[in-house]
Amino acid sequence: MPIAARQLSGGYGDRPIVIDVNLTIEAGEWLSLLGANGSGKSTLLRLLSRVLKPQTGVALLDGRDIHHLAPTAVAQRLALLPQQQTLPAGLTVYQLVSLGRSPHQPWWQWELDAAGHEQVEKALQWTEIEHYRDRPVTELSGGERQRALLALALAQDPKVLLLDEPTTFLDLHYQLQLLELLKRLNQQQGLSIVTVLHDINLAARYSDRLALMRQGQLWAVGTPREMLTPPMLREVFDIEITLMETPVGLQICPLAASSPAPTDLVTPLSSHS
Amino acid sequence: MPPTTLVRSPRTPVKIPPHRQRVMLAAGLLLCGLGLIVVLSLTNGSVVLTGSELLAATLRQGSAVNQTIVWDLRLPRVLAALIVGAALGLSGALLQGMLRNGLASPFLLGISAGAGLMVVLVVGVGLVQIWTPLGAWLGAVVTTLLVYLLARTGTTLSVERLILGGVAFSSFFGAIQSLLLLLSADGQIQAALNWLIGSLNGRGWTEVTLVGPGILVAAIAGCLLARQVNLLSLGDDLATGLGTSLLRSRCLIGVVATFLAAGAVSIAGLVGFVGLIVPHGVRLLVGTDYRLVLPFSALGGALVLSGADLIARIGPVELPVGVVTAMLGAPVFIWLLNRRRTRGAV
Repeated sequence: MPIAARQLSGGYGDRPIVIDVNLTIEAGEWLSLLGANGSGKSTLLRLLSRVLKPQTGVALLDGRDIHHLAPTAVAQRLALLPQQQTLPAGLTVYQLVSLGRSPHQPWWQWELDAAGHEQVEKALQWTEIEHYRDRPVTELSGGERQRALLALALAQDPKVLLLDEPTTFLDLHYQLQLLELLKRLNQQQGLSIVTVLHDINLAARYSDRLALMRQGQLWAVGTPREMLTPPMLREVFDIEITLMETPVGLQICPLAASSPAPTDLVTPLSSHS
Repeated sequence: MPPTTLVRSPRTPVKIPPHRQRVMLAAGLLLCGLGLIVVLSLTNGSVVLTGSELLAATLRQGSAVNQTIVWDLRLPRVLAALIVGAALGLSGALLQGMLRNGLASPFLLGISAGAGLMVVLVVGVGLVQIWTPLGAWLGAVVTTLLVYLLARTGTTLSVERLILGGVAFSSFFGAIQSLLLLLSADGQIQAALNWLIGSLNGRGWTEVTLVGPGILVAAIAGCLLARQVNLLSLGDDLATGLGTSLLRSRCLIGVVATFLAAGAVSIAGLVGFVGLIVPHGVRLLVGTDYRLVLPFSALGGALVLSGADLIARIGPVELPVGVVTAMLGAPVFIWLLNRRRTRGAV
């Protein structure tokens, strides 16, 4: 059990956004959090990654409360790829990725050691950005930048990787490339992965389990085949779907928004005129 | 013989960056510049010394007057300029990195207002000579402490609250300071103003030996915080994800930056623009890695302030060094702002 949430609630200020979540992510598992906008997916990810402190309940890493562990001890095992960040101008890809080694370096160590250097090179190769190493991060395209940030997380050599909408700024090619890379790391190195994804089909295709969130609560957790049913998606996303068997497994085809339908919105306006 | 198999060949050959050479070159230029300015500062003034006279005086030979000029007047003043400049440059670089704000200066967190108010109070009570540095130092440290307390939210420190708290305390203390200046006698205004503008006039071994060692220790500590600054400059989420404790790092960096700035202020008063501009120039030279930016900002600050003090000293009328840095610094700052607008980033 690398990470888990126990009666976890939290949010910003006094308002809880995530309410009473119980969830366990097994070692080597890929779990995707799905839900409508504002359902608390990103907040849950931030609570699991120590960025946000819970109001009640605990987030566990290897069975221990992450807020009782040393920050660097957490960062040696768990890496977070947050949503798009503003990065300092002029910072090169190599400098950025090297900072991924800092949880493994004692504070007095000025330069990367051999193992750290090797891990940075691996991360640059995995994400195929080694030929950008001397470019400033701020001059990269959205996709290249996202891969540089992923390389930063991979340089941490984590056991658990949390990714908040990692494919948002990528075109379809890089979306698939990034998810295939994660799949390889997941299968070959036993990396546990938690992603927040907007694309239900990509989530179903790559994840072992889906966790559906609705209004801050964990609505249902199960395999993609268990979760992707018309009633479930009507409940969670307010959409009507039909299911398709495809070469990449079960996929959904969205048909319509359940309610309120666009026509319903127009009617009251016309009654005024 | 079969060729050795390449596991993976990069699409384009990896270029060896000229960065390291550039850093060495920058370091060389800065050190040469520093040496030149120190020599010029020691030889120039109301009595101009030749090279051989300077050498003789440095070796405690030749005329007693020249020895006194070099050892008791010019050398301590040059050292004071170097110390103050280095402290301001480093303090500014630490704060700009920590606050992720290129417009941050050592005086942002209320240091100038706190120190200024204390100095006006001290001068008003009539305890000019000895108590001014101590009062300035105390005012700076206490005000920054208040700003930090204000910025604490729960278990973390918010950058926005730090900046806003600094602005609030600055205007509040600034108002009281103006009021006190208006109410005080003419001679006192002069004494206080000289200090508020920032000057190295008459600074000697007392100031250097009193404050210098503390600033040296703080400077070493500041340079050792480079990795923390690098991490904080990535933003809260990434920094936390990489194992940084935001509260602890921001407190450590803030303490060091405040001690540096307060030390500088206690020697020379409120010398503006050095701490704001030097880190920008340094980033243009060596890039954004704070392991380089921090020590280079100290060097650059020392160079700029000793140069400014030389200019302030050799004119027909001696100017306060703060006037020189502001007159040279403000145009550079406007140029940087303009560059920021056209390039979209600092």
